[in-house]
Amino acid sequence: MLTLQILVNGLVLGGLYACIAAGFSLVWGVLNVINLLHGSFIVLGSYFALFAYQSIGLHPFLAILAAAPLFFALGAVVQATLVNRVITAPVLLTLTLTFGLDLMLNNAMLVAFTADYRKLTLDPPLGVLSLGPVTVPLDRLVAMGLALALTVMLFLVLSRSRVGRAIVAVRMDREAAALMGVDVHRIYAITFGIGALMAGAAGALLAIIFPISPIASTSYLGKAFVVCVLGGLGSVPGAMVGGLALGVVESFGALAFGPEHASTLSFGLLILMLVVRPTGLMGRKGYD
Amino acid sequence: MTALLQLREVGRNFGGLRALSNVSLEVQQGEILGLIGPNGAGKTTLVNVVTGVHAASSGTIHFDGGEITRLKPFQAARRGIARTFQIVQPFPEMTVIENVAAAALFAGAARGIAQARADAFEHLRFVELGAIADRPARSLTLAMRKRLELAKGLAMKPRLLLLDEVNAGLNPAEIDLALGLIRRIAASGVTILIIEHLMKVVLNLCTRIAVLHHGELIKVGSADDVVNDAAVVEAYLGKRYAAQGART
Amino acid sequence: MTSRTRQIVIALAVAAVLAALPLWGSSYWMRLGTFMLMYGVLAMSWNFIGGMTGYPSFASAAFFGLGAYAGAIAQKHGVPIALAWLWAGLLAAAFASLMGAALLRLRGHYFAIASLVVAEVLRELANAATDLTGGGMGLNLPVPQLASVEAQARFFFYAMLALAALNFAAMLWVMHAKLGFGLRCIQQNEAAADMLGINTTAYKTAAFVLSAVFVGSAGAIYASWVHYIEPPDVFDVLYSVKPIVMVLLGGAGSVFGPLVGAAVFLALEELVWRNYLTIHSGVLGLLIVLLVLFLPKGLLSLSSRLGRRLGPSSS
Repeated sequence: MLTLQILVNGLVLGGLYACIAAGFSLVWGVLNVINLLHGSFIVLGSYFALFAYQSIGLHPFLAILAAAPLFFALGAVVQATLVNRVITAPVLLTLTLTFGLDLMLNNAMLVAFTADYRKLTLDPPLGVLSLGPVTVPLDRLVAMGLALALTVMLFLVLSRSRVGRAIVAVRMDREAAALMGVDVHRIYAITFGIGALMAGAAGALLAIIFPISPIASTSYLGKAFVVCVLGGLGSVPGAMVGGLALGVVESFGALAFGPEHASTLSFGLLILMLVVRPTGLMGRKGYD
Repeated sequence: MTALLQLREVGRNFGGLRALSNVSLEVQQGEILGLIGPNGAGKTTLVNVVTGVHAASSGTIHFDGGEITRLKPFQAARRGIARTFQIVQPFPEMTVIENVAAAALFAGAARGIAQARADAFEHLRFVELGAIADRPARSLTLAMRKRLELAKGLAMKPRLLLLDEVNAGLNPAEIDLALGLIRRIAASGVTILIIEHLMKVVLNLCTRIAVLHHGELIKVGSADDVVNDAAVVEAYLGKRYAAQGART
Repeated sequence: MTSRTRQIVIALAVAAVLAALPLWGSSYWMRLGTFMLMYGVLAMSWNFIGGMTGYPSFASAAFFGLGAYAGAIAQKHGVPIALAWLWAGLLAAAFASLMGAALLRLRGHYFAIASLVVAEVLRELANAATDLTGGGMGLNLPVPQLASVEAQARFFFYAMLALAALNFAAMLWVMHAKLGFGLRCIQQNEAAADMLGINTTAYKTAAFVLSAVFVGSAGAIYASWVHYIEPPDVFDVLYSVKPIVMVLLGGAGSVFGPLVGAAVFLALEELVWRNYLTIHSGVLGLLIVLLVLFLPKGLLSLSSRLGRRLGPSSS
């Protein structure tokens, strides 16, 4: 019935939201930096996929593999050269810095690509999947699957690899990690790079679902915020829970209030969470 | 004579952890009460509960005849309870005298910033920091910061002063200086509760000693009573010998 | 207090120069002057909560937009213009004290984000409440009946000047009063301030309300001045970010810093707009980046570094 369809829609959307937010949440949790560039990175990833598809026919699902190292490098360089200089400064300065950087990137994209919305339409299209009363567009479903896979991979990297454990250590206690021999600044650059990578990859996936324009960057950023607050900072499982929760809430909210109020609803939720339970649905930092 | 501070069956939980349980304690006016116990016994938690930083999970606290169990820190401060922090908490970018003037202005009796500064200077002279009144607080050494904490506490014109490890990190000469200051403060009529690890300080300074262990008060009494108490010795195995050494 | 007297004298001199602007300036300069004064109000107001108390507020756009719509709607219902401006300021203040109860318990990033989001929510509400606000189609205001275009320009210039003067007076008073001292203590170490007997909740709320009241009126004056407003215009996030950049530019916590910052920022913005229209936001971004990286304590800190004195302070 309808409720089930709405729920499935919400979960599919939520999986994408989780991917959008996972990298953002990691950077916030580890570096204590809110990367206002994140939304623009996502849009950049979408453009990357768009042009790769249009020029050399590279399928967006494969474009992720190409985008990953490029965006990782971009993120790492930005962090090492710019963000790192204000890493110990008050919250206000880091926020203002990333805001300024985002203005620059966004303006550059506007000049290069114009504000016109573009669409990456797959040729041939993937069609829909029907399971009983529920229909899901296949492209969304696959995108969501890949987004979740990416998020799970991030989780595995954080929990199994040496670099991942170092990142978690820095997030838990920067000074202790440094005393244990972790090169904290290198970890910062790597983490920021991972954040950019996740953004670029998410953007490539989103390119086949949502219209692409530099104007969209603020709405992606807004979603990332809400997911972080819902799910708790620096935690990948938190991003997943938060993403899915947001997707479902928006889906039902769109039914109740109309789709144009979706973002207001999510922002209202954000304020409510911040006031009532700032540590997120998962409670105290969910160290993974 | 009713006690200045009365804790009745005070408890404080942090989630599942019982930091304080069933603590009943009285602090008499004019005395110097030592609060000792192994690390993690709940000493700082007790001070936090009295000053309102943490709310008591159970029990009541009365000060100077009135109940203060539910008061917020700034309210407790205005009632005449001052405390120093184990890890000193100055206002780093403000000068030494501004730090003390703040205390005089907001909790002490000073009317207006000018009078607060004048009062502050007196308190700084008392702790022998008068010469560096205009230095930024962050430039002070640890010993000086501890004295600054003390000056701030005094500027609040407290009836009760709670000292939390005011001697941690000081060398013997600095400790003697601090001891002298604390005695003079007590002589001026301020009741003191002092958390201390150094038995030398506790035995030389305190009229009575209270011992906390795992959040429970296991003994309250004179120095002799406490040092010879079996439960205290058990909690504190090595200290008995240090105590015997210090008293000779 | 000689430093306070000195500050008052300087301020009066500046005000006199500004008040004389309409006599020698063209309407272009008056328009710039009005904007500069408006920016000055935004910057000085932010200074209460951001500079003095240390809470990175991004709520300016919320107060500005709220004031703009409050003043506009009042005027449409026949309220005299000056009263509408007053009403806008009071409404913004009331809103701030309500919001403050929820928001001021948050710190750092969380406070910043929440304050930013409030403007977004208000924007959406303004968009949705079409009957009241005209929704996405915007709101037209009655144009004041004055002799000429120049007279109108002068009217709004003096209105902003008066508001800026009030704002400055408030800031000066706070900085030298117990409130200012308390706010500085909170900014340095809130827990210690609490233990010293400062009612931090009351003080923070006072700062937040002060950061809203003048901005609300400024929004209303702006609305009357341009006589057409719509949600994305008056709730623009840049109205939250620009004051911060201005205060960073001029130097936080000092009496003249916000005004200096506002003036310099406006000058730069005008230069960039006239010469680099398509990339003006990018250039603004670059400016912000350079400012944060190389001049985090603002321009006035340059002069004090040259003079080898300690940084500007109220005492």
